[in-house]
Amino acid sequence: MEGILYPITTAHYLVLGAALFLIGTLGVLVRRNLVVLLMSIELMMNGVNVNLIAFSHLWGDVQGQIFGIFIIAIAVAEAAIGLGILIALFRNKMSVQADEMEILKW
Amino acid sequence: MTDALLFYLFAVMALAGAILTITRSNAVHSALSLIASLIGVAGLFLLQRAEFLFAVQILLYVGGVTVLFLFVIMLVNLDEEAKMRQFNGQWWLSLLAVVSTGVLSLWAFRGALALPAGTAIPAAVAAEGNTQRIADVLFSEYLVPFELASLLLIVAVVGAVLMARKREAPQAEGEVD
Repeated sequence: MEGILYPITTAHYLVLGAALFLIGTLGVLVRRNLVVLLMSIELMMNGVNVNLIAFSHLWGDVQGQIFGIFIIAIAVAEAAIGLGILIALFRNKMSVQADEMEILKW
Repeated sequence: MTDALLFYLFAVMALAGAILTITRSNAVHSALSLIASLIGVAGLFLLQRAEFLFAVQILLYVGGVTVLFLFVIMLVNLDEEAKMRQFNGQWWLSLLAVVSTGVLSLWAFRGALALPAGTAIPAAVAAEGNTQRIADVLFSEYLVPFELASLLLIVAVVGAVLMARKREAPQAEGEVD
């Protein structure tokens, strides 16, 4: 049963990674809730990681996984800072809706 | 065959979790769907013999980041937010942009679609273990970036605490409560 669904090649992982990234992008573009916005960014990072691991597996080289570790470290730092900013914003504006953060707008 | 079945299981888990994350109106449901998606991605790591990243994904993302998200959701109390409008007015335009980006990148990288499956790792290398291989490269070739990452994490922790901390009354100008 050869076909596009089987056997699993690197391309399957690449398409999956791209799909995860695009779903994350869509979430960032359409949601109003800042918490869900941050979750969408995590989804995008995961899509990128799927890509990196797919190539790491394809070439039998561990460097892609190292890159993945750095991306996870940066994603965690980003989540911590983002949620810190979110709490500060909530304390000042009593809201977590992205389109209500308009102090810089005139 | 088992590999293919597991791939589709984890892929459906990751994609369904991701779609639910961005469509649920209740933020707690979003966070739980995010957990499902992250576990799916972790399973994909395991399928590709990235055992160390699998463990890191489970421990850091599923055990750490999503708990942080849930904690913040409880803290900012999103009960009445869930009843508000969840999507901004540009959702159809965004959907169009995202879908066309997907189609365009599929077309642009169509050469990559012919890439073969990953090669089996040689027995001598496999005996060494994934974690040891990562450690060998990480602590020799990537030592400086590794140390910089630790610095980044310290700055991030201090910054997050500084930002989320409640200010004392005298210098609290913009504070509501």
